[in-house]
Amino acid sequence: MNASVSMPIAYANYWVFVILMMIGLYAIIAKKNLAKRVIGLNILQTAVILFFISIGSKQQATIPIIEHVHDISRVAIEARDYINPLPHVLMLTAIVVAVATFGVSMALIIKIYARYGTLEEDEIIELSRDIET
Amino acid sequence: MKAGALAVVVILGAVLIFCSHGFPPWGDPASPASRHVSPYYIEKSMRDTSVPNIVTAVLADYRGYDTMFETIVIFTAGIACIFLLRTPQKTKTETRLYRHVPTGITLRIEKGGKFPEDSIDFERIDSEWVPYDLIVKTTCRLIVPFIQLFALYVIAHGHYSPGGGFQGGVILGAATLLLAVAFDLRSAKRRLSEKMAAILGTLGVFIYAGTGIACMILDANFLDYSALAPLLGVDSISARSYGILIVEVGVGMAVMAVMVMLYYNISSAGKQDEGL
Repeated sequence: MNASVSMPIAYANYWVFVILMMIGLYAIIAKKNLAKRVIGLNILQTAVILFFISIGSKQQATIPIIEHVHDISRVAIEARDYINPLPHVLMLTAIVVAVATFGVSMALIIKIYARYGTLEEDEIIELSRDIET
Repeated sequence: MKAGALAVVVILGAVLIFCSHGFPPWGDPASPASRHVSPYYIEKSMRDTSVPNIVTAVLADYRGYDTMFETIVIFTAGIACIFLLRTPQKTKTETRLYRHVPTGITLRIEKGGKFPEDSIDFERIDSEWVPYDLIVKTTCRLIVPFIQLFALYVIAHGHYSPGGGFQGGVILGAATLLLAVAFDLRSAKRRLSEKMAAILGTLGVFIYAGTGIACMILDANFLDYSALAPLLGVDSISARSYGILIVEVGVGMAVMAVMVMLYYNISSAGKQDEGL
């Protein structure tokens, strides 16, 4: 472990992600409104994305773009000088996919609202029972 | 219900915070995530692909198969949104509002009323009355070309700076969205119609998958861009760099088209006559 990072700071970022994730999870479990649940799902997603980005970081390293030098074959590229590019790659696509799936969930919510006139889950269940009987 | 949810969340959060000490400290260069394949990518990507931005090299070359299906997921989301929401238009039968541009007078055409659609003195406005917003429209008209130019720069310069198809595609889509918000949905659809967005999205996925197929035809693995070297007239390392650019353009087109499709459908609940 690097000596420049003191013990509480070294783990504080994980606590932030846990708190964010739990806010999202609480919204998914406790909220009855479907739109609020989708927002909770997005908060949870953001926490996961931040977690992935944070595990890619390294002390005293720079962004994963190799510096421009005249003769690249003579310069040794050290892995410790650049942060881990892999979480960035995975989250780059995950963010855009999250937006696209958010669009689909919004489309479903619009459809549900058009059919039942409400987004409260208990009211929707009651109305769908009435339709069945 | 709420107390139970709070209890579950608090207990789970406490367990996770307790377990967080099993993780490597923040910024540890020797953390497990940074030891497996990532040193190979950092040290060899320049030699293999001649792309300085390692993220782009990994995204479109080493993990190109994964990225292709991410693009297809986005494309499928756009298609799903159309299938869920799109309803046929019935513009001829409903009440329409027109604004006389020189004087600002609003005309109301009732159901079945006839009005010349191509008159330049009148413009159609949304049924919820909106003020004549000269400043907003002029600013957006000035700013949209620069946003689009920046988006193209982000796509094309993804090899050397942060950027690439996903980011540039989203910015390019946002330019059209800005047009749709500042003016109205109809003027945005005149610039980029629904059909055009669908064609662009399909074409983007086709470019990505087609590049892979072209590599297969040239007797290499799927998405092994070094096989394209004789076609592009460069050596096999530069061919991988060019191959990345080709698929990034495809990704950018698909993402832009899907962003626009999602906005058109969701903002108007599928009717596509009046936006937000």
